[in-house]
Amino acid sequence: MLAEALFFSAVLFTIGVAGVLTRRNAIIVFMCVELMLNAVNLTFVAFSQVYGVGGQVFVFFVMTVAAAEAAVGLAIIIALFRHRQTVNLQNINLLKG
Amino acid sequence: MLLQEAASPLAGTVARWMWALPLLPLLGFVLNGALAILSAYHAGSSDPGAHPHDLHRSPEESHEAHAGHDITAGGAHGDDHHVVVRHRFAGLTSLIGPGVLVLAFGLAVAIFLAMQSAGGDLRTPFVQRYYEWMPVGDLRIDAAFQLDQLSMVMILVVTGVGMLIHLFSVGYMRDDPGYPRYFAYLNLFVAFMLVLVMGANYPVMFVGWEGVGLCSYLLIGFWFLDKANADAGKKAFIMNRIGDFGFLVAMFILYANLGTLEIESIRAQAGALAPGLVTWICLFFFLGCTGKSAQIPLYTWLPDAMAGPTPVSALIHAATMVTAGVYLIARSNFLFALSPVAGLTVVVVGALTAIFAASIGLKQWDIKKVLAYSTVSQLGYMFVGVGAGAYVSGVFHLVTHAFFKALLFLGSGSVIFAMHRAYHATHRDEDSQDMRNMGGLSRYMPWTFLLMLAATLAIAGIFPFAGFFSKDEILGAVFLRARGSTLADAHWLGIPGNIVLYACYALGLAAAFMTAVYMMRMLLYTFLGPNRTGERERESLGEAPWIMTGPLLILGVLSVAGGWLNLPESIKIGRIGLLDRWLEPVVGESTLRITHGSAPEANPTLEYSLIGAALVIAVAGIIVAWTILKPARLLPKREARPEEGFERVLANKYYVDEIYDEAVVEPTVGVSRSLLWHGIDQGLIDGLLVSGVGGRRGLARFVGWLGSRLQSGQVGTYAWVLVVGVLLVLGAFTIR
Repeated sequence: MLAEALFFSAVLFTIGVAGVLTRRNAIIVFMCVELMLNAVNLTFVAFSQVYGVGGQVFVFFVMTVAAAEAAVGLAIIIALFRHRQTVNLQNINLLKG
Repeated sequence: MLLQEAASPLAGTVARWMWALPLLPLLGFVLNGALAILSAYHAGSSDPGAHPHDLHRSPEESHEAHAGHDITAGGAHGDDHHVVVRHRFAGLTSLIGPGVLVLAFGLAVAIFLAMQSAGGDLRTPFVQRYYEWMPVGDLRIDAAFQLDQLSMVMILVVTGVGMLIHLFSVGYMRDDPGYPRYFAYLNLFVAFMLVLVMGANYPVMFVGWEGVGLCSYLLIGFWFLDKANADAGKKAFIMNRIGDFGFLVAMFILYANLGTLEIESIRAQAGALAPGLVTWICLFFFLGCTGKSAQIPLYTWLPDAMAGPTPVSALIHAATMVTAGVYLIARSNFLFALSPVAGLTVVVVGALTAIFAASIGLKQWDIKKVLAYSTVSQLGYMFVGVGAGAYVSGVFHLVTHAFFKALLFLGSGSVIFAMHRAYHATHRDEDSQDMRNMGGLSRYMPWTFLLMLAATLAIAGIFPFAGFFSKDEILGAVFLRARGSTLADAHWLGIPGNIVLYACYALGLAAAFMTAVYMMRMLLYTFLGPNRTGERERESLGEAPWIMTGPLLILGVLSVAGGWLNLPESIKIGRIGLLDRWLEPVVGESTLRITHGSAPEANPTLEYSLIGAALVIAVAGIIVAWTILKPARLLPKREARPEEGFERVLANKYYVDEIYDEAVVEPTVGVSRSLLWHGIDQGLIDGLLVSGVGGRRGLARFVGWLGSRLQSGQVGTYAWVLVVGVLLVLGAFTIR
């Protein structure tokens, strides 16, 4: 059972990484980050079946942080859109050498 | 606050408060420093930069006023003819500054009495550990103080003489705009000096050692508006750093071979060191001493240090700080006793310094310069004593010298104060420290004259004044050591040790003769003969206020009676050898080791002839000075002609400063300027690396440009770099 769960979360994580690397829309990138977080959560839950309840406790931490991050992240994206009328990451490149 | 306290007869007594000794002056430093800073924000008068007198004078004029004072701006003030503005916190400072010293001295006396009642039980130092200061690997250095008979002597001298000089300063410095700053520095000095003498290991001693150097620098340059004063401070600081390098290296060798820097552990293990190694350790320690205690070759800073206020010269540059080197050797007696070669080196350098400085002192005109060279010379005597393994005599001379030299300096301060006031009254811009401008002052300041006379007889070594006993003991010890000791058996640069010691004894006698001559010369030119100050100024000459004369009186009594601290057996006019017995637990073992385990033979004929020789030499010096020197023929500085022949060489201090300048300073500055500045800094770093040469980018700019290309501003790129990096690291860990 553990192997299947780990394989599934690995697939989910890879999809998330691929999304972050390839997509240009900030909201999609953001969603992909959430996907990666949840993939990790899944491994935690899976391992907690074997090693005890600690992993499940950690999942709650991750979810809390993810919620806070979502609030801040979405706020930043909205502020960005108000300024530049776009959420395309390729156009947002002010900070460079 | 205490980490641990060793079991000792002193454990339950008042000695447990010994940590308060350095803390009291430190408290004074904080309070006085606060007053100095506080007033700088309000009135701005504590800073000489905002001197009220400079406000209504053009820079050229005030520059001229400074140029008139060669090195030291005379008297109690940074410059002449200014409006006297007493510091607004002067009253409070006069209370705090000397007050903390009075408390510290009281505590020191209480601890001394406790030690005395402990008596012979106190064979090992009483150590207090406060906290682990530097736990590094195997090395453990504690912030710890120790109290034994030797440090007690030093504590009493530092707090006692220090207290008197603080009181004198109240009168001397009261009208100085930087009054609280002065007392802050002076308090800080005493605090560091006590750390130095109480440190239970060499690093703690070194903290005090450096601290007193810092205070010396701050106080030499106290009137820093005059560039000469600031330069003198820098000179003292830099020359001391050269010596400190020796101190540090000695500590490194000790640690590398014994793994500890605790003085008591080193004492226990010193025998395990290889003889050659001990010699090196001692020689490096002695290099530190030549810097701090102004011996050849690092003595030139001390005469320049007279640029500071005169009480500072008395406290730091005569009585206490400069004797730190003597203390260091007496403290490390268990090392020096193991190395006759190092001991002989100390004796030779001390004897050479004694005669060299004394000969320069013969032709100085500045009253403080005479005393400065006299100090260098007397320090030479102390080193002869401790080098020859006569640690008690060295420390004895240290103590008596602290009395009579402090008295001489404070007396000269009194004279300068009077001279300055006289010239001040008539607005004449003359040198108030030049003896050619003095003369006949005994009529105007009889108390100062009598006290200076006592101190002069003491330093010249006339029976029964303090200097007679201590100097005689050192010379006698050298003579006896030449007849039989480990030093006499050793060879120094191929010369048999006993010949070296006999030669040093002769040098010591010759220096004693010169001491008598130059001190008598100073007294003659300053206090006797006709007055050369000036017609109108004469009316304003007079004795200083009682707060200045009072401490002089106490020091005068000590200069006369100081010899009773350690009477020799041959002169039974009181209890014999008090200091000998007092210091026996600290230095007894080392002294016996040097004298082959036996006390020097008591041969009355020999002892009386040694004493007689020293006395005859001293009296001869005084008579020679009295007959040859004619104060009546002197001209005031303004009209005096420059010296000629060998006299000029002496007046110019053998041109040692000029030689050092040509040999060391100029090449250093030259190399720094042409190679380091123009070559490396401007050419290589600024040119090639940063700005580039001939229109091409410098290396730094090119690398910077390259790096900035990486910052594309594309979040996607950064994410790629991150992922690839993570994969590489993970891969490296998995594949390995």
